[in-house]
Amino acid sequence: MTLRVNDLKVYYQTLRGDVHALDGVTFDLADGEIMGLAGESGCGKTTLGKSLIRLDSRMRHVGGTIDLDGKDVPIADDDAMVPLRYHEISLIPQYAMSALNPTRKIGRMINELLRSRGVRPADISQELTRRLELVGLDADVLNRFPIELSGGMKQRVVMVMATLLNPSLLIADEVTSALDVSTQRSVAESLVEFRDREYVKSMVFVTHDISLVYQMADTIMVMYAGRIAEKAPAKTIINAPRHPYTQMLISALPEVGSTMEQGRLEGIPGTPPGLLNPPTGCRFKDRCPMAFSKCSEQPPLLEIEPGHWAACWKTG
Amino acid sequence: MWRYIGRKLFVYLLTFVIAVTINWMIPRFMPGDPVRSMLARASVGNPEALERMTTYYNEVFGLDTPLYQQYFSFWGGLLRGDLGVSVMLYPEPVTDVILRAVPFTLAVLLPAILLSWVVGNHFGAFAARSKILDNTILPLGYVLTATPYMWLALLLAWSLGVVAGVFPVANGYSFSLRPEFTWLFISDLISHWFLPFLSMFVVALGGWAIGMRNMIIYELEADYSNYLQALGAPRRLVRKYAFRNAMLPQITGLAVQLGTIIAGSLLTEIVFNYPGLGTLIIQSLNSRDFFLLQGIFLFVVVGVLIANFIIDIVYVLVDPRTRVQMTGGSS
Repeated sequence: MTLRVNDLKVYYQTLRGDVHALDGVTFDLADGEIMGLAGESGCGKTTLGKSLIRLDSRMRHVGGTIDLDGKDVPIADDDAMVPLRYHEISLIPQYAMSALNPTRKIGRMINELLRSRGVRPADISQELTRRLELVGLDADVLNRFPIELSGGMKQRVVMVMATLLNPSLLIADEVTSALDVSTQRSVAESLVEFRDREYVKSMVFVTHDISLVYQMADTIMVMYAGRIAEKAPAKTIINAPRHPYTQMLISALPEVGSTMEQGRLEGIPGTPPGLLNPPTGCRFKDRCPMAFSKCSEQPPLLEIEPGHWAACWKTG
Repeated sequence: MWRYIGRKLFVYLLTFVIAVTINWMIPRFMPGDPVRSMLARASVGNPEALERMTTYYNEVFGLDTPLYQQYFSFWGGLLRGDLGVSVMLYPEPVTDVILRAVPFTLAVLLPAILLSWVVGNHFGAFAARSKILDNTILPLGYVLTATPYMWLALLLAWSLGVVAGVFPVANGYSFSLRPEFTWLFISDLISHWFLPFLSMFVVALGGWAIGMRNMIIYELEADYSNYLQALGAPRRLVRKYAFRNAMLPQITGLAVQLGTIIAGSLLTEIVFNYPGLGTLIIQSLNSRDFFLLQGIFLFVVVGVLIANFIIDIVYVLVDPRTRVQMTGGSS
């Protein structure tokens, strides 16, 4: 078992009170597993991704534990997290386009980062070149400034840089969102390749693009309003979702070959609840067509069949 | 790169020509007749003698020719390094008078500008993200940067000069000494130099520190800083990058501020009666000395232009982005 997250609660502190962005998240991630993390904007995907590596100044760890390879991840203690970062847990950020220092040559910046993390750049330079070539970049990019690279090239440089120390866990946060479709595909394929070559042991792939994540991920976890709705193998989520939210989310995806005559795509009416004062009970109940009296109690996340978890009274 | 420098040089040359022209115009369209005022000081009683002396001086200074001819002969003289003869210190050439004052001005100005910039930037970077410094010393910086140069100069002259009696409050060196290369003279020179320097330094310091503090905070919030921290990079490395990147706008700021700082230094000199260009300006204004005034302005303008040009070049050297854009990128 690579990663075990248990009842994780992370709130954002604001002047109007705490925003319950992650409110009791529990899941496991196996060795070699690529988990797609999907959901609407504001459901806590990125917060979960960040919580696994570095809380920003507004985020507060309220409760719950994270284990990585059997060791505790002291997420609330910024200094104690430092040895884990990059070596064990690494990140490809949402903002990969601007993640490189604009006034340093890329190679020099990577070397300075490596040296500051106690790694001799010379020991790793061959590997660096090899991996750059693997994602289709010339080793010459190391002598360039970030401004000289296209968006897709920067994305791939960050990808190689983030995985250079073979981390146990890689968090890829919306890495494909800013790219065009063909680049999206090559980035996704490279990430799978990295896992196959064991550059990374396991991966959390945060996205709102369910069709992309279906193609590359082993499992998909769907979040709603700071909680987990459902987690299952990718095929099951797409073909046989059990949670009403997942069902409606999947039915809102277009299918190849479908036309207007065969019926318009249905969206999910309503908007997600605000997380400043989240509603009690099931957080989806106001938008859920199947809601009934019991939904005013919070449904537990239960394993309804091996590897398939859902938090809904109707599936239990 | 060379094309860029060439283009810049052309712009600076154009600015120079315009500045010289305006410079030539201003004193000539100012009210008052310099020859008349000079003769009034000589208190010549005889009308006939007055008439002849006026003609003579007009001829000497070239004031009897038409304006356009004065303009062209001004350029001609300028290119020969001849800025005319000072009316105030007749018959000394303007160039000599100015060259005597320039070392004093530069001695105050250069260290004040450079030191305040370097110290201010480092201090601002240091103060950023430190609650205590942010709340105590930076407000002081705001006060300092809003302080008029001459007012602070007056305060310093009064407190350290008159009340405490530590430093002399006027002139470049004691009248009892003659310029020579002895320890006594040099220490005297330094003690006279200190207060004008200090008042310039302190006012400029606050502005740079505040600018740098804000820039550093911005850079520390930037994506690349966040990412480096997420990868566990130590504070030192993140700060190093942030500092370097925050310096870039400060370099531009220096170029923009240069004119203001020099104007401030002229005022400061007047307060301390320091024998630099500032004091010279006031004196030449008082005696309607066109040529001297013109010459001083010219020196100041050329100085600002050269400094700006140097900053332009430095900026290209330190910011790879401008360099890349100039070569059109190599990708």
